Parts: sequence; C-alpha cells; structure tokens
Amino acid sequence: MTAVLQILWKDALIEWTARSRTVSLLSFAYTILLLFAFAVGADADTLRRHAGAYMWMSILLCSTLLLERTMRIEFEAGAIERLLLTPVPPAALFYGKALSNSVQLWVVGAFTIPLVVVICDVSFVEHALWLLAAVALGGAGLAAPGTLYSAMTARLAGRQLLLPLMLFPLIVPVLVAAVKTTSLVILGDPMDQAGSWLVLLACFNLVYWSLCGVLFGRVVDA
Amino acid sequence: MDPVVTAQSLGRRFGHRWAVARLNLEVDRNERLLIIGPNGCGKTTLLRMMATLLPPSQGTLQWSGNGDDPRSVIGLMGHAPGIYEDLSAADNLRVFARLAGRDRGDVPSILTTVGLDGRSEPVSRYSAGMRRRLALAHLLQTQPALALLDEPFAQMDPGGIAQVSRSIRALPGAVVIASHQVHHAAPLCTRAILMDEGQIRWAGPANDAEAAWRALHRERGDL
Repeated sequence: MTAVLQILWKDALIEWTARSRTVSLLSFAYTILLLFAFAVGADADTLRRHAGAYMWMSILLCSTLLLERTMRIEFEAGAIERLLLTPVPPAALFYGKALSNSVQLWVVGAFTIPLVVVICDVSFVEHALWLLAAVALGGAGLAAPGTLYSAMTARLAGRQLLLPLMLFPLIVPVLVAAVKTTSLVILGDPMDQAGSWLVLLACFNLVYWSLCGVLFGRVVDA
Repeated sequence: MDPVVTAQSLGRRFGHRWAVARLNLEVDRNERLLIIGPNGCGKTTLLRMMATLLPPSQGTLQWSGNGDDPRSVIGLMGHAPGIYEDLSAADNLRVFARLAGRDRGDVPSILTTVGLDGRSEPVSRYSAGMRRRLALAHLLQTQPALALLDEPFAQMDPGGIAQVSRSIRALPGAVVIASHQVHHAAPLCTRAILMDEGQIRWAGPANDAEAAWRALHRERGDL
C-alpha cells in the first residue's frame, strides 16, 4: 500500500509541476461539451435528454489524451526501467498509476458538471450523491483498463491512435452504465434503476482492477 | 572468486539473429569490467540482460547476495537516462529515493558531485550530457552492488568526462562499463572483454583493451 501511495505522490508532483497540461485538458473537455451544444442547436429538450451522454463523451475523449500522456511520462526518458529496478512491485506500480489516472478523471468529471448544468439546463442537486458515485465508478472504470492499454501501446508508433482503438471496445459496458446512471439522475428515476446500474459499474470495476493489476507486470516486463 | 553475477551459456535472440550467443562471464564483487566491441556486437543486450530488463533466450544468469530480488543489487545507466522530464534534478533523485525507501538527505551532495547543484529548472531543459550526469547521480545515490553503465561518456564535453570518471571511481560495488571510448573507460577498469557478433573474442587486462580493439578493426579491414 505504501508503494501505491508513493507512486500516487510521484504522479501528483509531476502533474503539479506541469499543471498547465491539466488546464489544457480541462479546456478540451469544455470545448467538446460546447461543440455538442452547438451541433444540437437550441433544442433544449434534446440537450437535456442527452446531457449524460455529452458529459461522458467529453470525459472519455479527455481520458485518451490523459492516459496516453501519463504513461508517456514513464516511457519517454526510460523512467519505467529505473522504476522496475526499485523495490516497487509491478502491481503496486499499476495500482498507483491507475489511482492517479482515476483522480485526474474525477477532476475532469467534476469540472464538466457545472458546464453541463449551464448548457443543458439540468439540475443534479436532488441526486448529487448518485452522480458523484457515477463519476467515481465511471472514472475508475476507464482508468484501470486505460492504464494497462496505455502501457501496452506506450512503445509503439501511432500509440495515440492505437490506444483508443484498443480501449474503446473494452470500456463500452462502463460507458453505457455511467451514461445510464447520469441520465437517470438528470431525467428522474421512477423505477429506481440507478442503483442497479451503479452495482453493474462496481462489478465492472472489480473485474478490471483485479485483472489489469495481474496483467500489468507482464506488459511492462515485455 | 566472489562473483556478484555469473552468466552461463547466455544467449539472446531477436528474430533469427543472435545478439548474444553462448556467453560465459563472471563479474566479481568490486571488480571493474570494461566491455568493448563494434556497434551491434551485443554489449547493450548483455547489460540489459544483466539488469534483468531483458530475459535471456538461452542460458542462465545468477546474481549473488541479493536475497529474493536481484533487482535490489543492480543499478543501470542505460541509453535512456531514466528520468522524469518535468521534474528538477533534485526532485528526480528524491522521487526515486522515496520509492526505494532510502534516506533523501544526501541529494545536494550527490548533485554537487556530478556538477548539477543549484539547478532548479525541469530536466527537460537540460542538455544530453547533463541528463547523463543525472543518470549517474541516480547510481551514486543507489550505491548498487552491481552498476551497469552503457556508454557513460556519450555526449559529454571534456569537463563532463572528467566528472563522470570521478563519479564512476566513487561507485562502491562492481562496475561494468560498455563503451566505445576505450581511452576514457580503460583507466577506470581492471579487466576488459572484447565482444564481436555476440561472443567474447578477447579477454585481458583493461590496459591492453585498446590494442585488442585495434587488432579486431585491422582484422575486419576497418583500419
């Protein structure tokens, strides 16, 4: 656990030192949301009905940039090899990186919510906790397989294209469950389905975080 | 003989080509070994296998005095400096010291040793030679029982070469240097091996390495 926290601290230090990149990422998230709003036009009902999808597409597109970048930092100057020669086990390296990516995706999620509220004219106040749970589980569900796949593609030419091509099919269940939960929070949940979708999200997280933690050591050693 | 690492019939294949083939080598504790040879002769592949970063295709490698994890005794200065570009030199050393669970108090003195003291800018603004000096600082901080240095004098100015030589002398354990710059590396070493096509062609005192190196070039018609 200490090693996981050390990796998390290291990533926090790097992100803080190069914080302009985080600002760029948040600006990108806002730009995507605004583009969706412009593309749909002044149709308030459509914007409201699809607000959850717009929010998660924005987070998803940001995640590909974020995941590629955070793993490139490890590989570009050979830091990963020095990390592998420290006593930090590969599993701890994975969980530290995946947790760091999750936190950054939660930040992106938290920043997109106010703009979604403004441009889609929706309110999350009544079910804020449900929304926070969806963002937490959805972000973590993107981060775990994303961390593994970004390590797999980090040494490849065209990794910026390969990462989404490999990652997107895998995270479709997480995306569907996260959008469904968010939409139920926005549009109302007369059948009390949001809880079931959150349980589904938690199950996907359990599978991804366990499996990817086991596979990560093989990926970085290769 | 008290070897820190022993290679037996070691080989590594990339596709159909053997980069290292049936190589036997022992490196004693506190020994200084120089590896020379033409480009593509297998020096880097051998170092990476000794560093556990590349699994052998055949043969075995054994490390001694390492408990369960050979990586705890190994330090590597490879082609890539192994640094975080966004952090300063001091932060880089602190990060890896913290990950290795070591004392971080010696960072300023190590940076002074490699001539990088008083520099707070990110490493991304460093020259190639300064990055290599930072990589060497990592080794000085780790104090490994087996330090593996791949072309430590590459991209260095004369002042940097002198500084790197001093730093290599300060390393406490066994040191293996792979270098084309024999005249800089040989005075730091006691023994040398000359590799060609993945095998050891010559072994002897480091002082004779340059002559063996020239003989190989003459044989190949390079001189």
